[in-house]
Amino acid sequence: MEILSLLLNGFAIAFEPLNLALIIFGCAVGLFIGAMPGLGSVNGVAILLPMTFLVPPTSAIIFLGAIYYGAMYGGAISSIMLGIPGASTAVATTFDGRPMALQGKADKALVAAAAASFVGGSIGVVLFTLFAPPLADIALGFGAPEIFALMLMAFATFVGLGGDDVAKTLFSIFIGLVFGAVGLDIISGEPRLIFGDIPGFFHGINFLVLAIGIYGIGEMLWTIEISKGNVVVSQASVSVKGILKNLVELTRTWKAMLLGSFLGYFVGILPAAGATPGSLMAYGFAKQMAKDPETYGKGNINGVVAPESANNAASTGAMLPMLTLGIPGSPTTAILLGGMVIWGLEPGPMVFIDHPDFVWGFIASLYAANLFSLLINIAFIPAFIWVLKLPFTILAPVIFILCIVGGFVPTLSMHDVWLMLIFGIVGYLMRKLDYPMAPAVLAIVLGPLAEPALRQSLLISGGSFSIFFTRPFSSVFMFIAIALLVLPLGKQALDARRRKTERT
Amino acid sequence: MRMAELVMAVVMAVFSLYLMWKSAELPIGWIPGEGPGGGAWPFWLATGMLLCCIATVYRWARRLTPESRSEDVYMDSRAFKLFLLNAGALAAMIGLFHIVGAYGAIPAFLIFYLRFMGGHSWRLTGTFAVVTPVITFLFFEIALQKTLPKGFTDPWFEPIFDFFY
Amino acid sequence: MKTLWKSGLVGLGIAMISGLGAVSVPTDAKAWEPKKPVQFIIMAGKGGGADKAVRFMQNIIAKHKLSAKPFTPINKPGGTGAEALIHLKNASDPNHTIMFTLNSFYTTPLRQPGLGVDISTFAPIGRMAEDTFLLWVNNDSGITNVEQFVKAAKAKGDAWIMAGTGKNSEDNLLTDFLNKAYGLNMKYVPYKGGGRVAKELAGNNANSTVNNPSEQLGFYQAGKTRPIAAFTPARLPLFSDAPTFRELGKDFVYFMQRTVVGAPGMSKEAATYYRQLFAEIYGSDEWQGYMTKKSLQGGFITGDILMRYWLKEKAVHKVMLQKMGAIK
Repeated sequence: MEILSLLLNGFAIAFEPLNLALIIFGCAVGLFIGAMPGLGSVNGVAILLPMTFLVPPTSAIIFLGAIYYGAMYGGAISSIMLGIPGASTAVATTFDGRPMALQGKADKALVAAAAASFVGGSIGVVLFTLFAPPLADIALGFGAPEIFALMLMAFATFVGLGGDDVAKTLFSIFIGLVFGAVGLDIISGEPRLIFGDIPGFFHGINFLVLAIGIYGIGEMLWTIEISKGNVVVSQASVSVKGILKNLVELTRTWKAMLLGSFLGYFVGILPAAGATPGSLMAYGFAKQMAKDPETYGKGNINGVVAPESANNAASTGAMLPMLTLGIPGSPTTAILLGGMVIWGLEPGPMVFIDHPDFVWGFIASLYAANLFSLLINIAFIPAFIWVLKLPFTILAPVIFILCIVGGFVPTLSMHDVWLMLIFGIVGYLMRKLDYPMAPAVLAIVLGPLAEPALRQSLLISGGSFSIFFTRPFSSVFMFIAIALLVLPLGKQALDARRRKTERT
Repeated sequence: MRMAELVMAVVMAVFSLYLMWKSAELPIGWIPGEGPGGGAWPFWLATGMLLCCIATVYRWARRLTPESRSEDVYMDSRAFKLFLLNAGALAAMIGLFHIVGAYGAIPAFLIFYLRFMGGHSWRLTGTFAVVTPVITFLFFEIALQKTLPKGFTDPWFEPIFDFFY
Repeated sequence: MKTLWKSGLVGLGIAMISGLGAVSVPTDAKAWEPKKPVQFIIMAGKGGGADKAVRFMQNIIAKHKLSAKPFTPINKPGGTGAEALIHLKNASDPNHTIMFTLNSFYTTPLRQPGLGVDISTFAPIGRMAEDTFLLWVNNDSGITNVEQFVKAAKAKGDAWIMAGTGKNSEDNLLTDFLNKAYGLNMKYVPYKGGGRVAKELAGNNANSTVNNPSEQLGFYQAGKTRPIAAFTPARLPLFSDAPTFRELGKDFVYFMQRTVVGAPGMSKEAATYYRQLFAEIYGSDEWQGYMTKKSLQGGFITGDILMRYWLKEKAVHKVMLQKMGAIK
């Protein structure tokens, strides 16, 4: 039980007064940053990196880890309350979180998100503690074919996500994928789809620009129209008793939580994948396996629990390739990695041997960060609910300003803000005609991961698709993906025939 | 609603054609031994968009979608007015970012929205118009070190930065 | 107003280029200091070598309180640096806009003349280091020297995978050199970022790479990968077993610059300030330690000498790109 003693030693480090204070402070700061649309864990960690120079490296990474965790919790808050995913990891949370808030169950959704994050994060840390080195080896062997197969699987879980109109759903997926292709084609090294030769398109279309445009501005315009300019966003009330009751009710969602946690963790450890595909797949799988898939997207609590447990488990998972291989699994871990270099630690296979105090202190701090994020998050729920009760004519301009500043900050470019406004207006007009918008947002996240992987694989194989079916992991993923694609279509066809025969 | 469905499908079809044309700047075919060219992915996806639009138009003609059967107006005059006011105010605010900067545009937008659209008291409007930019500045510029556009007000902020650093 | 600014500044730029010596920065210039946070543009994405270096310098500045105003790193990786170059070219406040560049500083304007970027208009601040390149293979392959490498790569033909950081990037130039010099037909597969490339080699999804030391160091120490030759004039202290290509009879040396440049039109006073600042950073123990650890080379050069270095390197890259057929 060498691991146990190392972990205990780590706890001793994590609970030193300075470190503990940093954990609590980091969780609170992270929660706040994560809750702002446009700002996610990447921004939080990047911005506070220089401040960590004041403390020893172990304390520094503990602080950043706490911010990371806090921000992952916080991401759910804007998804649920405003319907705007603050970061790509929280997209899936909007699908059911937003409807719940509109039904006056915002408190329930927020508690569910916090608790699911806690479960996901905790399972993630335990898996991390137990299996770090062997999993790192598996992750190392993952190449482009595996990543493409995995992305296909992620898409496949989303077949049934759109509305009933197949043409409009496909249109939404395609346009998202095309927008994801804007910028640089890394395989040929050529700029691609630079509309009107505007330099702002060189960096591509940021996921946030589309998401804030559609979910922020578009959604607000929609709400204003539906409500004729006067609406109360949520009637939810909150009390300690209510929170406890919600927590008890959550035990019924254990299946979705476990599914999300394990799936999220394993997708998270794959280099280059990160927490977003993990949370999307968790949602898709939870829906596919549910007895009542039709209630998803209309405020099913499992639809909040699955992606939230997954994205927190995945963010823990993403630290594994960072620590053991020196490969970031997500943009946030890329910054953490940069931080480690600054503090004079070389991440990679040797770090566990050369700096055990650092690694185990950090791992132990993740357990603590998880707990404090949960407590702080729940403590703030009444404040969030209070904000939702403000008159809409106050809330609306504040949200608009948040959207615009949030759209500007990631790239510091006004180009993105204008683009966001256009997406918002067009998204609103299309939404009125029942074009589903969620598939486009998913596609713009997954497309830039899937396309290079596909083309790298084909380059390696000399243009042959057999590469996807001859490698063990990728062939398994491919078969699952194909099964997922075919099954619902077959089922639909069967249903349609049955209906027809019944009618005749 | 019926008209809007057709117009949207046609507009999007034209947009798909533009995307196809733009993608074709890079090779869109199969390069032997290498796989698809640089423009292939967006080109064929844009083709897919076009096909979806054609399908929508076809379904519109056959009156298969709920929208193509709907007799409701797409946007009544009230909704249209609200849409124009909101979208216009937003566009005006973003435009002002370039000229007077974030700290001129944000209060202007808040005053317009709270006072003239929301009908709130001057006291509440004034409070928001002052407090929001101050919080924005402290949070984004000082705490997060993200510089927002300031337009011609840029030099005015030099003493403020001197104060903080 | 803006045009006035610019025309004046072109003159200033010329004066600066012709007037200023190398390291000897005149101290009698009127002390200029940043009046607001300085935008520190990075020509590459988050988490890469350039990004890490900038955040490292940002920390040195903060730690030693070298500047009263903060330096804010901004990543602009779009279009292999095209977006960053345009941002600098059109900077609204050139005195508060600096950038950390790589060799794409030469190659991107050469490959995309439509950008209208002329690097001789940029203000030379300081070259902080030159990064080195080595040829790496996976240890499982059993290859320990270039001879074995050539034999194995020849046997596999175009099934030999060379992973690199993008088409026509530095890695691509080096792959092209190896193919020509040894009569190989390796297939170049681009990935996003040097860290990812290093991982593809360690995970046996590629047969060889030409990574910077910092990218492969972790895998090297874990015994997963090994350098078999260096693109440097002399052997690197960290990898003394790897001979240079010069020793092997191929006279080929290649570096990646890690340089700070100022926006075109930066005032003379501001340029002087940044030169002194980055000379101080270069001299700090932290930066020297960083260079040793990352196996970085090269002294601090600035002003005229740096500009001459750029123009020389630009000419070298032009020839290389022409040979590759990437430009006419």
